[in-house]
Amino acid sequence: MLAFDMPPALTRDDAARIAALAQLDLSDDELDTLARQLGDILAYAEQVQQIDTTGVAPTASIVTRHAVDRRDELQPSLDRDTALANAPDPALGAGLFKVPRVIG
Amino acid sequence: MTVREIRDAIRSGERSAAEICRETLARIDAVNPLLNAFNTVAAERALARADAIDRDRDRHRGAPLAGVPMAIKDNICTSGLRTTASSRILEHFVPPYDATAVSRLEAAGAVVVGKTNCDEFAMGSSNETSAFGPVRNPWALDRSPGGTSGGSAAAVAAGLAPCALGSDTGGSVRQPSSLCGVVGLKPTYGRVSRYGLIAHGSSLDQIGPIARRARDVAIVLGVVAGADACDSTSAPEPVPDYEAALTGDVRGVRVGVPRALVEQGVDPDVASATTAALDVLQARGAAIVDVDLPHARYATPVYYLVSTAEASSNLARYDGVRYGFRATGADLRAMYGQTRGRGFGAEVKRRIMLGTYVLSAGYYDAYYLKAQQVRTLILRDYDRAFERVDVVAMPTSPVPAFKLGEKIADPLQMYLVDVFTVSANLTGLPAISVPCGFTPGPPRLPIGLQLTGRRFDEAMLLRLADAYERDTEWSTPLPPIPSR
Repeated sequence: MLAFDMPPALTRDDAARIAALAQLDLSDDELDTLARQLGDILAYAEQVQQIDTTGVAPTASIVTRHAVDRRDELQPSLDRDTALANAPDPALGAGLFKVPRVIG
Repeated sequence: MTVREIRDAIRSGERSAAEICRETLARIDAVNPLLNAFNTVAAERALARADAIDRDRDRHRGAPLAGVPMAIKDNICTSGLRTTASSRILEHFVPPYDATAVSRLEAAGAVVVGKTNCDEFAMGSSNETSAFGPVRNPWALDRSPGGTSGGSAAAVAAGLAPCALGSDTGGSVRQPSSLCGVVGLKPTYGRVSRYGLIAHGSSLDQIGPIARRARDVAIVLGVVAGADACDSTSAPEPVPDYEAALTGDVRGVRVGVPRALVEQGVDPDVASATTAALDVLQARGAAIVDVDLPHARYATPVYYLVSTAEASSNLARYDGVRYGFRATGADLRAMYGQTRGRGFGAEVKRRIMLGTYVLSAGYYDAYYLKAQQVRTLILRDYDRAFERVDVVAMPTSPVPAFKLGEKIADPLQMYLVDVFTVSANLTGLPAISVPCGFTPGPPRLPIGLQLTGRRFDEAMLLRLADAYERDTEWSTPLPPIPSR
C-alpha cells in the first residue's frame, strides 16, 4: 500500500489500535492528541514519497565489516542475585522474576 | 581548566586529583541548582576515586586522563551509580555493570563526578522531555541548552566539568554543544562501543565527547574509541593518535559547502557566523568548494521514520518485569500497558506510537522501507561529495538557543531543529560542532559550525576544529552565570 492512498488524518481508533500493538495504556485525551500529532508528522513525512527509489537497496545498517565470531567459551557474567537486584518483584531464593498471573 | 591542563598538572604533581575533584564538586554545588544539569552528583564516589589516584600516583603517571573529572550522560550505564535515561521508568535503576566507554575512561584515570540530565531516553531536541525537568542554558537561563545531551553540554559550558560524554542519535551531542558554545563530536558509527548505552536507535546511536577545546575532545576520543567484544558493531579499525593530528596545518584541505541546503531557513546570525568561520579556514589555507547533497533535505523525515521504528522496538524491553518501574495490573497484559503508559513521558510515547505505526502491516513499505531507500540515496550523496572534498561544512543548528517552552507544544517544529545534524547519523559519518561565534544579543548566544568527515576520519575534523580555535576566541569565555 502506498502512503498517499491513506487518509491524511488518524482517528482516535487508529491511535488506540497502535497503542494496543505497543502495549501502551493511554487515556482518551492522550489518544486524541496523539492521533492529531502523528497525523501531522506523517503528513510531513509524506515528502519522502516524491523521491524515485526504483531499484535502490534499503540501508538498515551502515556497518560494512563484521567481526562478530568468537570462540564459544564460558565468560564471566552477572551472578543471579545481581541480575535480580533491579527487579520490581524478584523471587531471590528461587532466582525468578515474578509477574502477575498470565492465565486466568 | 581544560582536560589537558588538569592532566598535566596532576601528572607533574603540581595539583592533586582530590583538590581538582573538590573544586569541581564545589562548583557543581554552587551552579547546578541554577542549571539542573545533573540528575545525580556522585560526590563520595568521586572523592574516593580521586584519593585512590593520588595514593597510587606512580601507576597513574602515564594515564591519559589521570584525575580528570568527567560527567556522564544519564543514559550511559555506570556500575553502582543510578542511571535513569531521565525517565520515570528507570528512576531507581542502578546498573550492575559499566558501559565500555565508562570503564575505559576510568581505566585511563578519569573521575566520574555525576550523571547528566538529558531528554527522556535521548528523545527530544531541547532537554524539555526529561522527567526531571529541563536543563537551563548557561548563556541564558530562560533558554534551552539543546538536546538531548543538554546536561552534558551545559555542564561543560558552565565549567562544572572539563569534559562529558554524551550520546548522539540525531544530533544529540552536536546540537547542545552548538547551543551551549562547546565542542562536541559524534564519532563514526562503530568507532565507540555502544555497550552500556541505553538503546534508542541502534543503527544511529554513538557515544561522543563534549569539551571546551578540540584538543580535549581528541584526548577523550582516543581513550574511548576502539573495538569492543561486547558490541559487535564496534569497528576493528585501529585508533590513531588524535592529539598528534592537531598540527594546525589545514593547507590544501577541501571544505565542501552545500549551499542549496543551507540557504533557506537559517537564522541570519547563524548564517553570517558560518560564512565568517569558513573565511577563517580559508585564510589558513583550506579551499572552500561548493558541493551538492540533493537528498539531504529529506534527512529529517527519513530520520524520524527510521529512528522511531528502531526506538519502538528497543523500548519494548521496558515491561516492568526485570527492572524499572512497575504499575499494578490485574494480569500480565494490564501490568505491561499500565507500566508503559505511566512510566514513559509524552515524547517517548509519541515516538513508540509513530515507530509502531510505520512498522505495522500495510505501512511498512510506504514508510519504513521507503525511508531506508532514501537513506541509501543520502549516503550516496555524501560518498560523491567526499570524492571532491575532505569535509562538509554547515551550521550545526539552524537557530541559536530557543526559549524553554517555545517549541515543546509542537513536536514537528521541534523535529525540524535537527535538519543539519541527522544526516551524519543516517550515514554513520563522523561530525563535530565547534563554537564559531555569538549572536549580537542581548542575550549573546553561542553559534556552532558543523563539520562532517569521511568514515573514521575524526582526525581531520579535530585538526580543522583545533586550527580554527587557534585563530578565534569563541571557546574561551565562561557564560555570565549569576553567582549564588
